[in-house]
Amino acid sequence: MAEAEEQAPVSPQSEGRSGAGEEAPERTPESGASLGVGEPATSPAGSPGTEDPAGDAKKKIDVLLKAVGDTPIMKTKKWAVERTRTIQGLCDFIKKFLKLMASEQLFIYVNQSFAPSPDQEVGTLYECFGSDGKLVLHYCKSQAWG
Amino acid sequence: MTDDKDVLRDVWFGRIPTCFTLYQDEITEREAEPYYLLLPRISYLTLVTDKVKKHFQKVMRQEEVNEIWFEYEGTPLKWHYPIGLLFDLHASNTALPWSITVHFKNFPEKDLLHCHSKDVIEAHFMACIKEADALKHKSQVINEMQKKDHKQLWMGLQNDKFEQFWAINRKLMEYPPEDSGFRYIPFRIYQATTERPFIQKLFRPIASGGQLHTLGDLLKDVCPSAITPEVVLSMIEDVITLSPVWQEISSWLWSFCMEVLRKQQKLL
Repeated sequence: MAEAEEQAPVSPQSEGRSGAGEEAPERTPESGASLGVGEPATSPAGSPGTEDPAGDAKKKIDVLLKAVGDTPIMKTKKWAVERTRTIQGLCDFIKKFLKLMASEQLFIYVNQSFAPSPDQEVGTLYECFGSDGKLVLHYCKSQAWG
Repeated sequence: MTDDKDVLRDVWFGRIPTCFTLYQDEITEREAEPYYLLLPRISYLTLVTDKVKKHFQKVMRQEEVNEIWFEYEGTPLKWHYPIGLLFDLHASNTALPWSITVHFKNFPEKDLLHCHSKDVIEAHFMACIKEADALKHKSQVINEMQKKDHKQLWMGLQNDKFEQFWAINRKLMEYPPEDSGFRYIPFRIYQATTERPFIQKLFRPIASGGQLHTLGDLLKDVCPSAITPEVVLSMIEDVITLSPVWQEISSWLWSFCMEVLRKQQKLL
């Protein structure tokens, strides 16, 4: 419920089986309204509570974020992201999450081949390049693919 | 594809006569004359306006000059959209020459991407080419090319060399004879009637029944609100033979959409 009301633009998803347990403590100190991050999905899979899962599924898509090279990894890799979120928005979010400087560059790639333009929406990319119900994006502090 | 060379040429050499005027609040040492230019529809504003920049900088003090940006009737013009698209989207009803206002101050961070060098344009252009090939050939063709081929595509655009560009782009527009087309047709539909960004979806060139999809099928599928079947039927034959060119198709499709809308209004 809380999550839905906050309209978190990006909210973490429990990865597979029991990932949520170990991740929660890491995330709490900065459960940041300032980050635009929602509360962690405390109820892993299974219990959607009173939310309407169908409505939510339409608005958000699953994005899997993978680090490239020596770019720091994110413990939570899978995120539910609003379709209308832009690549720039996602980029800012990752930077904040990784505590990178705003001035540091971060490149995001689709299919490990092209960098979508910052104003492209993740929903559109998901439509065209998503597979197995999720969009895989690689991020990197230096240019990785042309 | 390569039989359509006349069409490819017409698309490539499409030009928009444009008049650049310095924004009234920019501080100059003497009066800034307007500057006229024929803009290539398939290129990018920041790629073809070096002369415009120089022209206005001559009458300005160095410290007044920041990153250049362009605006039409209050709308900042996104340099990363092809010029033809910008014109069709914002100014298709205007009298020519197209009147663009030049700014050197108050860069609209929210609306525009920065463009500090030509490298930024090149990166954007190559990303578009790569994205298109991901749809057309699962990136196989672009990945098999050498770095110098990529460079040739870019130099062809930058220097307005049709032959240089198409010598390489030809490979990106081919498909094996056993296939009847690309895997998916890369397209984007921009609409002037909405603030929403472009529509882009997966669309196969062949219908499940085996027949070739028409542009009308595509519009019906992804942009049904813009058209009615009768209107499309009357128009589709004229336009179906045109080859999609990634750089231009978006603006062209949009023009088509608007044409349909106009016809529709007349019918009503």
